[in-house]
Amino acid sequence: MLEIEQLHASVEGTKILKGIDLRVNAGEVHAIMGPNGSGKSTLANVIAGRPGYEVTGGKINYEGQDLVDTTPDDRALSGIFLAMQYPVELPGVRNRQFIKAALDALRNRRGQEELTAREFDTLYRAKVVDIGMDPDLSRRNVNEGFSGGEKKRNEMLQLAILEPKLALLDETDSGLDIDALRTIATGINGMRSSDRAFILVTHYQRILSYINPDYVHVLVDGQIVRQGGSELSEELEAKGYKGLIEPANRGNS
Amino acid sequence: MATKPVEGHVVARELTLTNSRVISRTSSLDNDYKYGFVTDIDSDFAPKGISEQIVRLISEKKDEPEWLLDWRLKAYRHWVKQDFKEPSWAKIDYTPIDYQDIYYYAAPKSDNDSPKSLDEVDPELLETFSKLGIPLQEQAQLAGVAVDAVFDSVSVATTYQDQLEKAGVIFCSMTEAVHNHPELVQKYLGSVVPYSDNFFATLNSAVFSDGSFVYVPPGVRCPIELMTYFRINALDTGQFERTLIIADEGSYVSYLEGCTAPLRKTHQLHAAVVELVALDGAEIKYSTLQNWYPGDKNGEGGVYNFVTKRGKASNDAKISWTQVETGSAITWKYPSVILQGDNSTGEFYSVALVNNYQQADTGTKMTHIGKNTKSTIVAKGISAGKGQSTYRGLVQIMPSATGATNFTQCDSLLVGDECGAHTVPYIDVRNPTAKMEHEASTSKVSDDQLFYAQQRGLNEEEAHYMIINGFCRGIFQELPFEFAMEAQQLLRVSLEGAVG
Repeated sequence: MLEIEQLHASVEGTKILKGIDLRVNAGEVHAIMGPNGSGKSTLANVIAGRPGYEVTGGKINYEGQDLVDTTPDDRALSGIFLAMQYPVELPGVRNRQFIKAALDALRNRRGQEELTAREFDTLYRAKVVDIGMDPDLSRRNVNEGFSGGEKKRNEMLQLAILEPKLALLDETDSGLDIDALRTIATGINGMRSSDRAFILVTHYQRILSYINPDYVHVLVDGQIVRQGGSELSEELEAKGYKGLIEPANRGNS
Repeated sequence: MATKPVEGHVVARELTLTNSRVISRTSSLDNDYKYGFVTDIDSDFAPKGISEQIVRLISEKKDEPEWLLDWRLKAYRHWVKQDFKEPSWAKIDYTPIDYQDIYYYAAPKSDNDSPKSLDEVDPELLETFSKLGIPLQEQAQLAGVAVDAVFDSVSVATTYQDQLEKAGVIFCSMTEAVHNHPELVQKYLGSVVPYSDNFFATLNSAVFSDGSFVYVPPGVRCPIELMTYFRINALDTGQFERTLIIADEGSYVSYLEGCTAPLRKTHQLHAAVVELVALDGAEIKYSTLQNWYPGDKNGEGGVYNFVTKRGKASNDAKISWTQVETGSAITWKYPSVILQGDNSTGEFYSVALVNNYQQADTGTKMTHIGKNTKSTIVAKGISAGKGQSTYRGLVQIMPSATGATNFTQCDSLLVGDECGAHTVPYIDVRNPTAKMEHEASTSKVSDDQLFYAQQRGLNEEEAHYMIINGFCRGIFQELPFEFAMEAQQLLRVSLEGAVG
């Protein structure tokens, strides 16, 4: 589904990603872990095509197509979803209307009919309940006046309704209390399927005790320094980034 | 705060919107303006230019009583004294208007034998209306909107008279009102905007051609929303409508005004006057969609819109202005309320959008005279392209206005980096008990917001549109439902080319 080769990327002239190789197949869940400033959020944003994140080398292949010169909306319509670390507020834009417009655009791209207002309403309400979002908030404007946790939940609501093929979750677990974390993890687990892949960008091992990843990649200073199965995250939890990286680095030198 | 929509109007106007989506702007300059077609109807012109003779001619054509001619002449003489010196305080820049190069009167020929029904109306005229999406016939009935269509200044069709008659509501052209209800016209014409008020109002008083007249009797809630479509059609015809709405004690009326003008190469002057009189306990809700031709991408052509709108509220009365201004090359407009009576309320809700080289200097004046008077101002300015948008407002608390309160909110949104937004609020408080609140903000559509919407699959233009639409939400909510739909559509059309 996704093949990244020797990806280099800069933000405002600063080199952040320094040669990333990553291969993600449909049905897999990958966790990208790393200390602050390692470049893991950058990786997620580069895949989604965020303006200001400049690819300076390498390739991002998604379903056989090079993404590098495509617009963010084009990537979204081809099934890439980024649950943002800091979702913005869209004052005055009704949440329901916003998600309906997004779903309409996606369905148009897929050659499906748009849902009627009533059909969408049924879907929306059901997902609001699934995701454990306060129904009052669901009637409000996009993220306007939402707490950090509520914003994250709203990202999950959109994920659940838009049903992407490749979901990038950028620190979705940060700022969540344990109950919210559990609900969201349950939601993600419920969406795991053989034709969908997840990339979880996370600082902490915490969410990985609810979502069992197939692969864990440890990113340090713009490079993947360790890869392994879910046991790697446990090792990380026990030793910390320092403890994990240093022996590896020694091994390399 | 929001007035409950009058029951009985349904969503037929939505149908016309679906059509208009198809006829959006294309790349060719001349076709850019959606309503840029010209109807070829024989117009009955007075010669170009303004003079005492022209004023007399207009009055004569309309078979007006002596007092009205006298009033026009007083206005004309007052205007001449000003020696073509327009007010210069507004932040607008335009090529000078040659007042002798304008036709001051043009009536469709069909008016000469006054149509008794729609069947008698020039079919081409009706086609023009249908191009505009005005549901004049069955659509009008479905929509439950009485349309008193001012077409180049003479009203040609009035619908829904029966229902209005039953309620005792008078809704007719100003010309008819002068003949059929002279006592009301004479009593109230110029009572809110005197002929000497300002340069453009004075000009209007001298040469006004027609407009709408509404009278709602005491205690009556007008059963339908009243609607007038203004449209400048004849070449180089300034449009000088004069509208007078009187809501007698304890009555309610909602009035909708939509404006479009066909595409013209030269600038057209539009100098209208609207007077609202809300007697004790009455409520008037006046909504405007202004979509006059804005000029082309290079700032050529477009309507000069210099409009005076003011209402006077007696005890416990309420006047509410809602406007969505997306058209005109120049907009100079300050719908105001004189809060004369105790406990009276004034509201002003505005969205003004400028794109390309458009300039808008718009706002309101709230004059608090009565005790416990209350005013609310919410103004949203959107600037795109090279557009310049100014909010100019005056809140004045007179010494007599004990316990007055005002809330003002002015928000500006910038799209791109070549446009400008300006806020000029004046506050004049002469009574220490006044309570004033003022909020203002200027923002840009942020890259993060755009990315967020695009990441969900909306293209750049849709993303902009959605964010800007959200910015205007509070104002659109004040509009009657089907008008709100149209306002959103107008916004989309007006923004085309500004983003993406």
